[in-house]
Amino acid sequence: MATVISNERLVNGVYHLRVEGDYGGKMGQFYMLRAWGAYPLLSRPLSIHQVNDDGVEFLYHVVGEGTEIFAELTPGDKIQLEGPFGNGFPAVEGKVALIGGGIGIAPLYYCAKELQGSDIYLGFSREAFRTEAFRPLAAELTVDVGGLILDRVDFNSYDHIFVCGPHPMLKAAQLKGIAAEISGKRPNVYLSLENRMACGIGACLVCSVSCRDGQRKACADGPVFLAEEVLFHD
Amino acid sequence: MPNTTATIAGVHFKNPIVMASGTFGFGKEYGKLYDVSLLGGISGKGLTLHAKAGNPGVRVYETASGMLNSVGLENPGVEAFLAKELPYWETLDTARIVNLGGNTLPDYVLGAELIQRDADQRALAGKPAVDMIELNISCPNVKEGGIAFGVKTPAAQEVVRAVRAATKLPLAVKLSPNAEDIAEMAEMCEAEGADAVSLINTISGMKIDVRRRSSVFNNLYAGLSGPAIKPVALRMVHQVAHRVSIPVIGMGGITSATDIIEFIMAGATVIQVGTYNFMNLRAGSSLVEELQQFMHEENISSLDEIRGIV
Repeated sequence: MATVISNERLVNGVYHLRVEGDYGGKMGQFYMLRAWGAYPLLSRPLSIHQVNDDGVEFLYHVVGEGTEIFAELTPGDKIQLEGPFGNGFPAVEGKVALIGGGIGIAPLYYCAKELQGSDIYLGFSREAFRTEAFRPLAAELTVDVGGLILDRVDFNSYDHIFVCGPHPMLKAAQLKGIAAEISGKRPNVYLSLENRMACGIGACLVCSVSCRDGQRKACADGPVFLAEEVLFHD
Repeated sequence: MPNTTATIAGVHFKNPIVMASGTFGFGKEYGKLYDVSLLGGISGKGLTLHAKAGNPGVRVYETASGMLNSVGLENPGVEAFLAKELPYWETLDTARIVNLGGNTLPDYVLGAELIQRDADQRALAGKPAVDMIELNISCPNVKEGGIAFGVKTPAAQEVVRAVRAATKLPLAVKLSPNAEDIAEMAEMCEAEGADAVSLINTISGMKIDVRRRSSVFNNLYAGLSGPAIKPVALRMVHQVAHRVSIPVIGMGGITSATDIIEFIMAGATVIQVGTYNFMNLRAGSSLVEELQQFMHEENISSLDEIRGIV
């Protein structure tokens, strides 16, 4: 069991949770968290926002019963963490863009710290949050509220692009990657996928992702996939 | 130390805790978290003759004390399992159970024949092989085969008879709670030469998204598991155990040592743990310990003392 250091409300429905303990992990990996007994049944996957000497941090959006319970946590409360799980983003060299949509900015903060000097693009539908924390880590920070953040990114300008956000944004990023390839430049576009999970370790096959080489697991083979590998059916 | 061992058709279980098919992969993932050789056995991810991609769309949804799943038997196929997964099982000291599903009768038979051939080759080479086949005639999430075989006794009888003829391996038949008469189904399995019956598979259920005005699942219905189904499972295990003389493998919503004891008292020889593996990734090792502790506290020296006493 781990101990909650703080659980700060950033904007409506979005919280910044800090947990004490010796919890490591790479950028883009996640933990399965639970702060309850038998119900809700399943733990909740949250991507690592950052890792410090004294613990690990998460950003989450309240969307259902599990995250509603997380939102009630106060300093000193106990929480169970299993992980880190998943492959995470690759360590890369070259010119990097980090693109986050909404709560999808969560794993990109750790990326921004690891890959200092990246261009960072953060898009929000209504209200921005945590943007100032990103500023000192970015070569250039672009924030957009209400628009489409991908429209602000020239995919031809980068060697590597990390994207995390809602499903339509990931699909659009895949298409922009293909378009950039046609125009001669070929950035490696990495998508961090969010999917319903039960176990988080690759056993239950609930979170399967259709890929060019067959079914893969968002939890164990991902959550980060090269954009060109993923088949979006809808 | 209390005696937790059990035997089914010559297969030894060091304790009654077997991991249920579909919740444990082939054990490798959990093997990174604890020593899965502590377990009585592992029933692997349900296999079909050929690889299956499973169902599209939402595959899991939580309910009150349970969960609905619509994975749809995603699996690598029998041959890929034998080539790529069984070598890991060789390294384990636990009962190895293959859960075999199918779309058609020939699929079941060919699958069983492949497993039997592999077991014969391994026996010649002195290597550990599959210890038991658990025949899945009751998956509610596949359109062809699956539950269609598991509801009506005559349809199930045809599958059990054909697979029994195709393999000498100990054979358990996994029964559906959706069967028209589960006790009659179990009696049929015994008459056809099955060595055990395991029950229950998930209960067919549903969840509607009221805003979208549609089922959350592409297949409309899904399989309900978890603590929500335990009373139903326990009743069915009790009913079946009193009607057949072959061992019963009981499962449905087990999350504690007392749950295990309930199933044993209802007549189960061993039990399976499914959904609890998702609630507690170390469910296997914690239950092994809890069971020992509980038996010690209650002065139960052997599970045989209490099996079927209710």
